[in-house]
Amino acid sequence: MDAGRLLHDLFFDYTLRTVALGAMALGVVSGTLGAFAVLRRQSLLGDAISHAALPGIVLAFMFTGAKDPLWLVVGAAVAGWLGALTVMWIVRQSRLPEDTALGIVLSVFFGIGLVLLTYVQREPTASQAGLNTFLFGQAATLVVDDVIVIAVLGSVALGVVALFWKEFKLLSFDREFGKSLGIGMRGIDVLLTTVLVIAIVIGLQTVGVVLMSAMVVAPAAAARQWTDSLGVMVVLSAVFGALGGVTGAVASSTAAGIPTGPAIVLAVTMVVVLSIALAPRRGLVWEWVRHKRNQQTVRTGAVLTDLYALASHHKERGHGHKLAVLQAMDARRGGVRRTLDVLASRGLAARAADDTWSLTEQGEQEARAEIARREGDDA
Amino acid sequence: MSTIDIEIQLIAVVVAVSCALPGVYLVLRRMAMMSDAISHTVLLGIVLAFFVTGDIASPLLIIAAAATGMLTVTLVESVRGTRLVTQDAAIGLVFPALFSIAVILISRYAGDVHLDTDAVLLGELAFAPFTRLEVGGVDLGPKTLYVMGGVLLLNVGFIITFYKELKLTTFDAALAASLGFSPVLLHYAFMGLVSVTAVGAFDAVGSVLVVALMIVPPAGAYLLTEKLRWMIVLSALLGASSALAGYWVAWVADASIAGSIASVTGAQFLLIFLLAPERGVIAQSMRRARQRVEFAQLMLAIHLLNHEGTPEAERESRESELHEHLRWSPKFVARIVRLAEREELIEREAGGLRLTPAGRAVARSAIAA
Amino acid sequence: MNAIEINDLTVAYQDKPVLWDLDLTVPSGILMAVVGPNGAGKTTLIKAILGLIDPAAGQVLVQGKPYRRQRHLLAYVPQRGSVDWDFPTSVLDVVMMGRYGALGWIRRPGGRERALAMQALDKVGMTDLAERQISQLSGGQQQRVFLARALVQDACIYLMDEPFQGVDAKTERAIMDVLRELRDTGNTVIAVHHALQTVPEYFDWVTLLNVRLIAAGPVKEAFTEANIRLAYSGRVPFHSGTSNGTSNGDGSGKGDGDDADDAPWLSALR
Repeated sequence: MDAGRLLHDLFFDYTLRTVALGAMALGVVSGTLGAFAVLRRQSLLGDAISHAALPGIVLAFMFTGAKDPLWLVVGAAVAGWLGALTVMWIVRQSRLPEDTALGIVLSVFFGIGLVLLTYVQREPTASQAGLNTFLFGQAATLVVDDVIVIAVLGSVALGVVALFWKEFKLLSFDREFGKSLGIGMRGIDVLLTTVLVIAIVIGLQTVGVVLMSAMVVAPAAAARQWTDSLGVMVVLSAVFGALGGVTGAVASSTAAGIPTGPAIVLAVTMVVVLSIALAPRRGLVWEWVRHKRNQQTVRTGAVLTDLYALASHHKERGHGHKLAVLQAMDARRGGVRRTLDVLASRGLAARAADDTWSLTEQGEQEARAEIARREGDDA
Repeated sequence: MSTIDIEIQLIAVVVAVSCALPGVYLVLRRMAMMSDAISHTVLLGIVLAFFVTGDIASPLLIIAAAATGMLTVTLVESVRGTRLVTQDAAIGLVFPALFSIAVILISRYAGDVHLDTDAVLLGELAFAPFTRLEVGGVDLGPKTLYVMGGVLLLNVGFIITFYKELKLTTFDAALAASLGFSPVLLHYAFMGLVSVTAVGAFDAVGSVLVVALMIVPPAGAYLLTEKLRWMIVLSALLGASSALAGYWVAWVADASIAGSIASVTGAQFLLIFLLAPERGVIAQSMRRARQRVEFAQLMLAIHLLNHEGTPEAERESRESELHEHLRWSPKFVARIVRLAEREELIEREAGGLRLTPAGRAVARSAIAA
Repeated sequence: MNAIEINDLTVAYQDKPVLWDLDLTVPSGILMAVVGPNGAGKTTLIKAILGLIDPAAGQVLVQGKPYRRQRHLLAYVPQRGSVDWDFPTSVLDVVMMGRYGALGWIRRPGGRERALAMQALDKVGMTDLAERQISQLSGGQQQRVFLARALVQDACIYLMDEPFQGVDAKTERAIMDVLRELRDTGNTVIAVHHALQTVPEYFDWVTLLNVRLIAAGPVKEAFTEANIRLAYSGRVPFHSGTSNGTSNGDGSGKGDGDDADDAPWLSALR
């Protein structure tokens, strides 16, 4: 399918449009809430919540006997919320570290879900197949009702973030100070966790239980690289989430045999990789360039002062010095010829025909300044 | 009970013990969630090796899977090493990505073979005995049992051989390094062990039960004992017993064995969490209530001591006003005064309270400490 | 009226006492240092005044009333190490957090808060760094940001946990100037302090703590060698000149509690 056709379908094909809208909405919500989770070092809480949601989904299915999206989401939310509170409870009441508590909740809740699932799978109802998609997500099964549920719950979640923006910021940055201001930080903590649960459960049908946590971590981790402002980070994270959601969901519903969850996860992972590599100031490429530039500065400085030292033995300026001599003086660093070329291009050194080099007047001044700088550093 | 039933239980117990042993160190090293990561990403190794060999039973699959486990550890470490994301985020980024690649490869190119993602994730212990190990036409038993038996021996051997080194690097990596043990080397060797265990176990019970068996029994054992040795033994026992109990729950309820075992580990943990003699929630709250009363008596004694011989002593020692000063409820004050009197720490005197010599000594030594 | 009145305050972490039956009255308009060895309960005292910890007994009155109703009168400068300085936010943003309590729920900080924050930054000499991301600040600058955040709270009583920990000499002087100005305009400043040799120069009052109150009062009266000896149990770090050096481990209040762990006091009762 060519790109133009895909773009056309994205707007006019009912299924594709539904899928894209749903994936975009959940990407925005999980990206937004993920920013707070990542900043609070709770990246893996999302994993525990999404796994813990499984028994809730199955129970909701058993009680309603149908795949009504609202009830499944409510069931998932209640179970996921209980899972999150259980993690807090275990950490508060025992000496177990948080990651162990996460592992316990994740595996035990999921195990209970598996037990319940065996009962459901025995009933040969047509819609039970839909339940299986909760493991890895299947965007193609999204219908308008699902998208409405995602949009409504997602709006509630975003609304809460907007209303409690400054409290959530305070909670993430300096909880104790917030408490000293008389703000009920524990309540705020529970509220933020609850909204995180909502963000996760609305994505389960599309992305799946196993991989939903990546939708929380990846957009936020990518967004953090591009900005030093919480507001910008949250918006970027939402944008990355939406981008990943749409890309993955569309890829999955147009090509056969690609489950949506993995497709979305790979899309957002690409964004993370690009961000870690390319982001200005923090990114690895940037870091590498800065490192190289520093090295170059050190090298030119060294060759410059070497030339200056040689020149001080001769009266007339412009007396040429052999490249080999300079190379010997600078044996450890190497790249002397290239450095000399750099110096020449900046008008600091001049090359004579017999491959001998000398300082220009400007170069001499620069060398003196360099020596003064070094002595200043030593002092 | 048929032979199959016994074999399933035997496999379950061996898997549970194999997982619990390295699990102890995962819990103590605060790397519990690495078990989640590794037990998912080994799938990628299995898939890739399968594409190369075309044989689902090839031993290359296990080697490749263990290698992906190590790849996961290395990737997490290097992502964290950029200092651009935190450790928890690094885990949360790496394993979903690797797992996603595996799932897509399977559903695109291997949909028709026995590499069903559901089975991989959920595991089906009931099918484990059907793959037999045969040598020269003689049936020696389920293959999984041999694989996991080997893994178990490996784990036991590793932990016994490197007991002291593991203990040292777990509790004080800096000290270990200064003594010449390389914590990094041991870290990777240990994570290799976790990977091998996860591969062997995940084939039999699915990745989520691997997490349950690695984390939950050691977490329970950690609440029961202060000694590493005992923690290891208890973890193995807790794991084995939940494997057996889980099997029978599944048999009675006619449900997924892996799910039942995970649920039983959870129930077992809940019981320990609530009832553990020293660190259980109930024991702690009882101890706290008792200490509160003892502590309150001491507070009362120190309060009286502090104001002895001062001008406000009379006012500060009046029982009717104590709740004002100490901000206790009048009922609590009455109870503490009664108890302190019975312990002969204080005595009544003209509407006020006074320290006995014994009470004074107790208060003095408390604040001198 | 007295700024702070503490009556029979006992604070315990899991029934290990960190402060024993403390009576302390802090008059208004003074600069007071809280000194004592590690684990003496200095941070705990500050947190108890702020209502961050519930006491096992006793009470704290702020200008004559329980602190719950007087929170707006208190401003808090926590230890610098208590937050993640890599958090994506700017200097100005952190300072504006001081207004969150007064703003109440839901309302967002606006132009007025921004103006107040800029004023506070001016007082600590950091206006030109207002838009700077906080991870790019030096230790001294971070401490000044925290001070500015407390200043915008427009409180009467300032509680500071080791304001001079790990800051340069210039910042130390700048902070002292601000604290003196606060005192001179009728405010009260209470600071946990480690460098004993600067106590007489910087402060008017001093409280010597070692789980219980050793002495409190004007520096001339209370800051005697005998009291210091008592507070430090004979191990006076006075002349060592590096009294600061021992302070690093004295982190959060929890650390304080842990230090008190070894106290064999409980066995006294058995």
